[in-house]
Order: sequence, then C-alpha cells, then structure tokens
Amino acid sequence: MTTLTEQPEKGFRLSQLIYDTRYRSLTIQVVATILLVSIIYWLIANTISNLAALGKEFDFGFLSSRAGYDINQTLIEYDNSMSHGRAALVGIANTLLVAFLGCIMATIIGVVVGVLRLSKNWVVSRLMAVYVEGFRNVPLLLWIILIFALMTESTPQPRDFKEGGSASMILWDSVAVTNRGIFVPSPVFHNGAALFGIITLIGLVAAFVFRKKSIKRQLLTGQPPVSIWVVLGALIAGLAAVFVLQGFLMPGEQAFNPAITLNLPELGGFNFTGGLQLRNSLIALWFALSLYTGAFIAEIVRAGILSVSRGQTEAAYALGLRPNRTMNLVILPQALRVIIPPLISQFLNLTKNSSLAIAVGYMDVRATLGGITINQTGRELEGMLLLGSFYLLISLLISSGMNFYNNSVKLKER
Amino acid sequence: MSDTHAQTVRFVRESMLPQQEPPIAQTGAVKWVRENLFSSWLNAILTLLSIYVVYTVVSHLFPWFANSVWTAGSLGECREVLAVEGASTGACFAVISDRWLQLMFGFYPSAFYWRPVLTFVLLVPALAPILYSERVSSKMLWFTALYPFLATWLLWGGSFWVPLLVIAGFVVGAALFAIGSRRNLIIATVGGILGAIFWWLFAAPAVNSSLHHMVGQSRAESILQEASSLRAELTPELQALEARKKELEPVIKAANEEKAALLEAATTEGANESAKEAFLAKVDELQALRREDLAIAADIVGIQSEMSVARALSSSIPQLPTLEGQLPTFRSTYEELEAALPSALRGLRTPNQAPAGTSAEDLNALSSVLSAKSSLDSAELAISSIYKQIGIVGLEPVNSRDFGGFMLALVIGLSGISLSMALGVLLALGRQSNLFIIHTISVGFIEIIRGVPLIVWLFTASLLLNYFLPPGTEFDLMLRVVIMVTFFSSAYIAEVVRGGLAALPKGQYEAADALGLDYWKSMRLIILPQALKISIPGIVNTFIGLFKDTTLVMFIGLLDPVGLSNSIRATSDWNGIYWELFVFIGLLFFVFCFSMGRYSLYLEKKLQRDHR
Repeated sequence: MTTLTEQPEKGFRLSQLIYDTRYRSLTIQVVATILLVSIIYWLIANTISNLAALGKEFDFGFLSSRAGYDINQTLIEYDNSMSHGRAALVGIANTLLVAFLGCIMATIIGVVVGVLRLSKNWVVSRLMAVYVEGFRNVPLLLWIILIFALMTESTPQPRDFKEGGSASMILWDSVAVTNRGIFVPSPVFHNGAALFGIITLIGLVAAFVFRKKSIKRQLLTGQPPVSIWVVLGALIAGLAAVFVLQGFLMPGEQAFNPAITLNLPELGGFNFTGGLQLRNSLIALWFALSLYTGAFIAEIVRAGILSVSRGQTEAAYALGLRPNRTMNLVILPQALRVIIPPLISQFLNLTKNSSLAIAVGYMDVRATLGGITINQTGRELEGMLLLGSFYLLISLLISSGMNFYNNSVKLKER
Repeated sequence: MSDTHAQTVRFVRESMLPQQEPPIAQTGAVKWVRENLFSSWLNAILTLLSIYVVYTVVSHLFPWFANSVWTAGSLGECREVLAVEGASTGACFAVISDRWLQLMFGFYPSAFYWRPVLTFVLLVPALAPILYSERVSSKMLWFTALYPFLATWLLWGGSFWVPLLVIAGFVVGAALFAIGSRRNLIIATVGGILGAIFWWLFAAPAVNSSLHHMVGQSRAESILQEASSLRAELTPELQALEARKKELEPVIKAANEEKAALLEAATTEGANESAKEAFLAKVDELQALRREDLAIAADIVGIQSEMSVARALSSSIPQLPTLEGQLPTFRSTYEELEAALPSALRGLRTPNQAPAGTSAEDLNALSSVLSAKSSLDSAELAISSIYKQIGIVGLEPVNSRDFGGFMLALVIGLSGISLSMALGVLLALGRQSNLFIIHTISVGFIEIIRGVPLIVWLFTASLLLNYFLPPGTEFDLMLRVVIMVTFFSSAYIAEVVRGGLAALPKGQYEAADALGLDYWKSMRLIILPQALKISIPGIVNTFIGLFKDTTLVMFIGLLDPVGLSNSIRATSDWNGIYWELFVFIGLLFFVFCFSMGRYSLYLEKKLQRDHR
C-alpha cells in the first residue's frame, strides 16, 4: 500500500500555483503582499504630492519652536516661552495623571461593587446591579459632561465662602468645594522632610521584611505569624513618634517645627489662595472615568469569583480553613488568574478614554499636542502621527506586560 | 387514613404527629429578612446604609419627577410655573418637548421627517429574520439584503436609479462569476470581484451622470417654466406668512405682559386657585403662540429656500447652452497650453511644486495652464451640477451635515454594527491563519487600531484623509465616520472572535479536515458557528460600546444628541439646565444598550446545546 501516496512525477505547471495546496498558500501571500505594498505606495504617493501642493514638508522641527500658549495644569515646569515638545510632555503627564488616578479609584470601586453584587443581601446586590447596569449602558461622554455640569453649576462660588456667605468649607475648614474646582490642602516640605522620607522608607521596608520572615517561620515551625495589623500599627506609631521628635529637635522660631506642614486653602479676594486646586475638568474626568470603568471592573471581579467552582470553597472548609483564609489562600489566587487580564485591558481602555478630556477642556496630550499645537503650526500629519504613536506605545507596553503575566500564571498543561 | 391514631398507647407512638407550623422567626418574610438582610452585623449595616441611600435618592427624585413641567418656553418660565404651583423642586422636561424634533432629527429638513421615520419602521421587518430566525420566514432575508440600499436612498435622497446601479454591481459580479465558474473557479472569483469594482468605479458613475443628463435635458424647458410660475405662486404665500408673523409679534408680546401680570397675581400671598389656573392657561396659550410663530418661521425659511432654488434654476438653465458652447474652447485652450508646456512641469497642481531653477517664463506658462484647467473644470462642474439638480427623479437630496440627534446615532451605530461584524470575523480568521503574511497584516491592523483611541481616529478621518487620497476627492463626512467606527469596532470584534476560535477544541478543526472540507467550508459549517456562539456576549458588548461611542462624533462637528444638548444649554432660553437633558439622553441610550444586552442573553439561551 505504499505506492498510493506517491505523486506522479511531472514538471511544474503554472496551474499548480492555484490548485496545488503546496504552492497555493505561497500564491495567496504573494498576492496579498503585492496588494498591500501597492496600497501603501498609493497612500504615500498621494500624501507626498498633496504635501507638495500645499507647500508643506514632512518635518518634526515644529516641536522645538516656541509654543506660546498657557496650560492651566502643569505637573512639570512649563511656561508659554517653552517649546511645543515641552507642551506635549506636559500633556502626556496630565494624561498619565488622570489615567493613574482613575485606575486606582476604578479598581477600588470595581472590587467593592463586584463583591457586594455577589452578596446574599438582596437590597445591596440589587443596588449594585442598578449601578453597574446604569453606568455600563450610558455613554461615558454623557457622564463626563454631567459631572462637569454638576461641578460648575450646582457648587457655590468662591465669594459665597465669605463671612456670612451661604457656603462653608468642609472637613474642619480644610477643603472648599467651589465652582472653580475643589481646593484641598497641599503639603509643604521644610528642612528635615527628606530625612523623614528616608526614615519612612526604611520603616516600610523593615515592616515588609519582618512580615515576610514571620510568614516563613510559620511555614517552617507552625508558629502563627505576627498579625498584619500589629505590624502596621507599630509602623505608624513609630513614624508618628519620629515625626513629633524630629519637630522638637529641628531648629526654628518655635518650639515645635514639623518637617511637613499643610498649606490650607484660604479665601483671598474673589478666589481661594494656597492649597492645591483640583480643577473641575480633572475632577469630572477622573470621577466619570472611575465610575464608568468601575462598573466594568465590577463585572470582571464578579465573573472571576464565580469562575472558581463551589467545590473549591467546600474543600477548603472541609480542610478546616476559616472563611477569610479560604478567600485568601484558595479563592483569590484562582480568581485572580481570571480577573487580571481583563482588568488590565480595562486600565488600557481607561487610559484611551481619557482622551475624552476634550469634552471638558482638560489639558491632556490630545489637547496640547493634538489640539493647540496642531492648530498653531498647521502640522496635522506630524501631530496626529505623534499622538497616535504615544497611545499605541502605551497600549503595546501594557499588553506585552500582560502577555508576560498570562504566560507566568498559565495553568501548566500537557 | 382511618386507622391512624395520634395516640394509641401512652408510651409507644405508632404514628406520626401532624406537622406543626415552623416557629414564627423561621418562616415567611421574617425568615427571609433575617437570612438575607440581617445575617451578620456587617450585613445589617450594609442593609441600613443602602436603604438610606435608596430613601435619599427617591425622596429627592420623586418630587422632582412629580412636579415636572412639560410646557414652558424657557428655563425662567419653567421656574415661574413651579413657583406658581408652589413646588420647591421640579423637573423642567419642557426643554425636551420644546426641542423634541431637534433631539430626534437634528437639522434634517422638517418636510422630509417621514423619510427617517419610514427608514426606522422598515428596519423592523429587515431585522426580524436575523434576530428571530426561528419565527420569521427566511424569505424575508431578501428584504434584509435590499434594506441597506433602500435606507441609504431614503435618508440621503437622490435619483431612484442610484441604489439600483449599486445593486447592479453585485449582479455584474455574480454574472461574471457564473460565466467564469464553468471554466475555472479561481479565475471566476477574481473576474467577478474585478468586474464589480470596475462597474462601481467607472461604469456606474458614467451611467448615473448620463441618465441625469438625459432627464435634465428633456426637462430643462418645463423646469424653467415651473420655476418662474413657482416664484409667482410663492411670492403671495410668502407675503401672507410674513404678514401673519408680523401680526403674531404684538400678540406674543401682549401675552407675555399678561403672563407677567398673572404671575404677580398668582404668587402674592393668599392667591386663590383660579389665579394660578389663569396663569397656567396663559403659559399654555403663550407656548401655543410661540409654536405657531416657530412653524411660520420654518415655513418662511422653507419657501425662501424653495424660491432661491427656483431663482438659481431660472438663471442657470438659460446659461446651459452658453456654458456648453464654451466648453470646447476651454478644452482646446487648455490642451494647446498644456502641449506647449515643458515636460518637466506637466501634471503639477501648483506653481510651488515646480522644481528649483525653473525659468520665470515656464512658471508663467504653468500658471496659465493651471488657470485654463481650473476654468475648464469649473465649467464642467457647473454643467454637471445643473444637470444633476434638474435631472433628479426621486427624493430630494439631504446633506450629511443636516443629520443629527438620535437619528444620527442610530444611523452610524447600525451601519457600524453590521459592517464591523463581517470585517471583524475576517480579521479574526486572518489572525488565526497559518499564512504568515496574512497573519502579520491582521495582527498589525488589529493592534494599531485598538491601540489608539477612537477620538484620534475620528480626528484623523476629518483632518488627514485629504492628505491620503488623490487631490479633489470628495468624501462625505458621515461616510468617513462610519468607516472609522467600523474599523475600530471590527478590531475589537476580531479579538473577541479570536477568543472563540481559540476556545474550540482542536478536535473540531481536525474533524473538519478529516471530512475533507476545504478551508472556507470547514470554517462556514463547523468552526464559525461554534466559535461565534461562544463569543456572543463579547460581540454584543462590542456593539454596545460602538453604539455608545457614536456620541464622540460631536467632536468633529456632527450634531449627535450629546452635542445637541450642549448647544441647547448654550441658548439663552435654556441656559443652566442639565439634569433633564442628560436624564432623557441617558435614558434613550440606556434603553437601546440594555435591550441589546438582554437580547444577547436570550440568544445565548436559545443557542445553548449542552443540556445542563
């Protein structure tokens, strides 16, 4: 029976390119390549000829020319005499800031809501379901604009905070919610702040190492580890003692000179001075992004917990583990494998959605590089290319990190 | 049973006691409450907290809804009504009844509102055979296939033969394929595709413009007469309307003053019910007057535009012979000048494209060629646009810029959804393919599209597309948006479907191969039905995301509901209103998205094959 599969030996015919499976894939790929290359060539040729007709050149030199516009929220040093490139960096910093804040808050909201939605408590789980469905089914843009409108239209003006005015500050006169933004205390670092920072860092590391060691000892000897609350309490108490002691030892006009003080916002004239102004645009974008993404994260968390079969919990109980240890040692490690990848992609979505800043005038990278800079210099092509590459870079970095994680926690099978 | 006794002998019980009621705490509502709401102290706190939250929300929302005002001309008037009714809080839904048409249709011409309405009514029979395939006859799929062309024609208007010409492209392709498939399947496929593309790119526009030309030529005389008689007819009508508008002005003013007086009477201490009712009646009357005024204004605008069209026609149609007479001279001038031009300068579009060191004479020659070309082009354009205008047999064309409101969201959303599904599945297959180049192209496309926010893509479409296309290409803004939205969501759908493909056991692929099916057959019959079933939730979530993302088009100048709400809030009448508009828009989006989600649950249940 060995002769059956022998191919008849004949010369190569042209029709084999189409009918012979050995060559067909090659033919298809060659055709696809030719098509792709010709389309790209056509686009580039059009672009070159259009640019030439407009008298423009493809040139990134505009990044080093003077920007000449102000940005109302700068995390790095910037003024309008600096370059367009610098303005783009300021915008990138603002994008990353709101993305970072949003990711943290969305995770907190999502985990809490996701767990509560699984609660046996009927009222709580229904309430959480309403939140999730409400936020998932209404456009994010609407939430951003709504929160911004709420912040600007229903909050008091700064002058209402005057003596006898209708508004007052909250949290022991330290936070003012106004229609120009929320004013919060800002920390001021004096002499010795660096020392205190170093001591804090050392304390944190020591506490971490101590906790690790005590868990290791438990595995070896069975002695129960020191509770995490005790470790944290000791750390905080120690740091407070250092802070107070340092305040007395530092030279200065008064007896007590703390290394870090708070600069409280105060009403001066028509607006608040001092403290830190969180603009309405930042607040609206931050809250809307977190609430919206939080609803999606809640569903992810819920699905993750449900994905761990009930038998796992029952087995853990049968082994005599208490509920919280069951959660920590049995359910969470298995649920996290399901939760983390979609969670990261939600973070990615949040970062990309932060470009909706345009709706409230938050100065993110889309507004500086992709907005004012493009309008001033007329460099749409280069500006949009840089903007797109920035977002693409972030998303590729995060997704490659995620692939790495996925491979490391993948169930090892055959 | 007759022989059962509760107590037979004192100390030996031979029969069961009758069942007793459980203790009161272990039954009914009490048990449920104890088990579900107050099982632990944490749970109790949570319950009380959420009941408090619900109470606060309801206690604020209920009076707000209960006192809502539906007729008022502005936010101020709405507050007056609330003050008269003695309500401290209340919703001004009057903004929605006032701007209802705008929120629904944007600036679509009011005379043609029936067209989008009909389009969306016809959507129901078009979607029925897809959504409920087991209950609706599959013969209806013919209507589904025709629906996109019908809907496009209804919404944008134009001559009735344009959609037919587009459909004819498919017929041409199919005919070529049928002819070729007797000889060779691959050549037939390629021939069919190329034939259809050739038809759409060259034959169909030529047929279209010659049809317009033919009809236009035959109708030019009658249209000219009609235009002049129309102007004569419309002038008195316009005058009557303007006179009525003038009449209304003092009436409205007087009504406003009366309203102010009634307001004073109704809000003074101890005002009786009749004063309040008189005020409310006055507001209704005023609103009716304003409506009439607005309707008249709209009619006036309509008549004016009709008259200006008629005027333009009656001036442009007589020019047609002259323009057509000039055309050969323009063409010959241009050709002569072009022939005289040095070859290095031919085909350039502006003098600043000329290579460095070109002599001044040549540059002058170039600019005269360019001006000759532009006059030739403009003459050709003028002639063709006149014929296009007078040669239309069908519906009045509507510009994409006039689309707005929920109609816009639905049009973009539905076309994006239907197109991205097909493209997404193809991309997913490409990404799973063994062919290296196809795989690389798919991965590159998916990752690049997904890595950049939709808003950047929309800006690219509106700012940069003119760089990438040949000069002079006119590209409808709506079409650009639909293409971008389609690309964006197809990349996401590709990833979802890829998950479904990867989740299938390898045995399914091997079984399909073992049956001897070729690639497309095995995908169509074995793999995709299962993979798509697994990916339904993800696909529907992507669709929901796409529908919500249609709101982003406001940033490139299309008036979607959110963009309209911004412009309504910027008017002096409704400045300062936000909750009511956002509640309304949010609710509409919620209804659509939520029902899509429910449908996906229904579909999942219907397609479930493992009987658990």
